[in-house]
Amino acid sequence: MTSPLSSIAFFNLGPIPITAGVVATWAIMAALVLGSILVTRRHSLVPSATQAALELVVDTVDSQIRDTMRVEPAPYRAFIGTLFVFIFVANWSSLVPGVEPPTAHLETDAALALLVFIAVIWFGIRVGGMRGYLSTFASPNPIMIPLNFIESLTRTFSLLVRLFGNVMSGVFVIGIVLSLAGLLVPIPLMALDLLTGAVQAYIFSVLAMVFIAGAVNEARPDTNNSSQRTPS
Amino acid sequence: MNWLAFISIISAAVAVSFGAIGPALAEGRAVAAAMDAIARQPEAANTISRTLFVGLAMIETMAIYCLVIALLLLFANPLLK
Repeated sequence: MTSPLSSIAFFNLGPIPITAGVVATWAIMAALVLGSILVTRRHSLVPSATQAALELVVDTVDSQIRDTMRVEPAPYRAFIGTLFVFIFVANWSSLVPGVEPPTAHLETDAALALLVFIAVIWFGIRVGGMRGYLSTFASPNPIMIPLNFIESLTRTFSLLVRLFGNVMSGVFVIGIVLSLAGLLVPIPLMALDLLTGAVQAYIFSVLAMVFIAGAVNEARPDTNNSSQRTPS
Repeated sequence: MNWLAFISIISAAVAVSFGAIGPALAEGRAVAAAMDAIARQPEAANTISRTLFVGLAMIETMAIYCLVIALLLLFANPLLK
């Protein structure tokens, strides 16, 4: 049985080995970009069916951002929405025969968690300035600076491990069951895997929202609102 | 089979099995409390279930950590090289 922690090179692009997960990521990215271009090409005031479906998705993302972060969703919609849609499609890509979800590999999850880590800093600095963002590390008082600093690293790490562990364990369990009993037996587990994938995509984006909201609401200069603490 | 591999396999099983006890109890308590809250206040169900999902993810992370430790012991054990 191959180790779930390592991934095998699919082919080599010059000196760089390209794994199957990277190819799947590229395919998902291309599909999402093409789909978005096609769907958003012709807008009209009276929406067609596809436009109505798209509006439903965007509206749901907006209302989630508004409920969770308690700010206007416009600056965060693109990042959070893309994060959710990508992880959702990546988790459900196991429906295509022969494709292993790229989120079942450590690299993809590490990249996503790193994106959230950078986005927290980016949005924090954009709202409160460098001074306002750095002062969030000294809240509620300067003794907490090392703890807050460690927290910002460990929560990124736990974000990575959570997504990886959930998706990979689903794939792994299906692999084990498939090697024991072949036909039709793994199907309930696959259905469970789809549910887990959807929930994990939701949770990943909600946690990204919570972390960004923590940086943004504390860094904002006019209101020193420290009632919303971020979980780690 | 040498002793290191033997102990690694045993401790991987122990890590997952005992590491799952705490999160299981905690998730049960969290869901029970959320059900109670929704039964008392059905109009707050949206907020409660969203918070519940995030909280469950937090709790579940502990079990996932144990799973990762077990996988490290089985597949990436530095002592077995």
